[in-house]
Amino acid sequence: MFRFRLDGASGVPPYLQLVHQVRQSLLLGYLREGDRLPTVKDVAGDLAINPNTVVKAYRQLEHEGLAGGRPGQGTFITGTLSPATPDTHNILRASLEKWLREAHAAGLDDEAVTALIAVARNDMNKEKV
Amino acid sequence: MTQGDGGGSPPALRTAGLGRRYGHVWALRDCTLTVPAGAVAGLVGPNGAGKTTLLQMIIGLLQPTEGQLEVFGETSHANSTDALARVSYVAQDHPLYRDFTVADMFHLGRAMNPSWDQGVATTRIDALGIPLKRKIKGLSGGQQAQVSLAMALAKRAPLLALDEPVSSLDPIARLDFMREVMAAAADTGVTVLIASHVVSELERLCDWLIVLTGGRVQLAGPVDDLLTAHQLLTVPRATRDAELPGFLIHRADSDRHSTVLVRTDPARPAAQERPGWGVEPVGFEQLVLAYLQRPPGTAADDPAQAATRPGPATKEVTR
Repeated sequence: MFRFRLDGASGVPPYLQLVHQVRQSLLLGYLREGDRLPTVKDVAGDLAINPNTVVKAYRQLEHEGLAGGRPGQGTFITGTLSPATPDTHNILRASLEKWLREAHAAGLDDEAVTALIAVARNDMNKEKV
Repeated sequence: MTQGDGGGSPPALRTAGLGRRYGHVWALRDCTLTVPAGAVAGLVGPNGAGKTTLLQMIIGLLQPTEGQLEVFGETSHANSTDALARVSYVAQDHPLYRDFTVADMFHLGRAMNPSWDQGVATTRIDALGIPLKRKIKGLSGGQQAQVSLAMALAKRAPLLALDEPVSSLDPIARLDFMREVMAAAADTGVTVLIASHVVSELERLCDWLIVLTGGRVQLAGPVDDLLTAHQLLTVPRATRDAELPGFLIHRADSDRHSTVLVRTDPARPAAQERPGWGVEPVGFEQLVLAYLQRPPGTAADDPAQAATRPGPATKEVTR
């Protein structure tokens, strides 16, 4: 049975941590279509977490088409997240390396690069909302 | 388990203008709040903020000096059997008779509570490996807390009030205790009210939050709504409070910039439209700490309700 974990210091809301773990496990192949997720009571009792938070996470997964409830049986994985193919990885990596070389040539050190990426990602996430 | 969709069923808790005075001193005043059935509500505040006074009125041990108090739609009168039957209570020091065995305590619980479910009590204690024949004084602090909790749950009251239940326990015993509380909430839908000053532990537990300081409600409402109603801004030091996109809750000034936590006001221009301002969402602990740091007496009314109230910003500013 799949088991969740919770990092109290991560700053990520607990329900999102649960959603992320299912997404990540799907990407890594630890969870597959048809697998049953633990019951709300089991997760609440295991992690000492508010059951309404678990319900909210499962609803979000249903909304994303990744999980679905079967009456009387529980919540099951219904979708797949296809991991990026090795080709895609290589292409993205090549363009990233090119960008990093440009950044270093422009005088940015690792810390500045990390900060810039965080700012850009933050702005992109904001646009999504 | 579900929350707030009881089809018109009364909330677990509703207070209006509730207050309690000891002599000339108000321990709690103007307390107006609602907690829906099925919620897990955190009650946060420093010592002396009025948490225990509020809890003792809710459980029917203390008569309010003024205002109304309803538990599941029924007005509570102190020391009435009805009021006492609607709420289970675990006190901070887990009062148990030290020379009694666990079985003796359960026997006492059964004799004193008409709705007592012996199976609930013994199943929990068995699952935790606590021997029924062991005397209370032979149990660890964590085990004593678990016996108190098992007794509170066996009473099968729809509201479970916990007053600093884990403050004296080690981290593992705290986690074990809260596991049992959350499993019970999932299993039976019992509404839970937890008074605590361990803010960092409350985020995972609560979907409803009440912050008390100086006998006043500073903040009350559903955690998700409260978080989205606030923003953490980084602004130039010269920025005046009136330019902020909402009510100032907390402000920390550096030489050139200031970090401010505001309750956003839809009537004011959004912070996102100000070039050079940093805008971040607020975390649970940040939010609670910001309200705890407000000087007592700054919130004359429930800020969560004020946030939804139309009209210009008032001078609710604290420094």
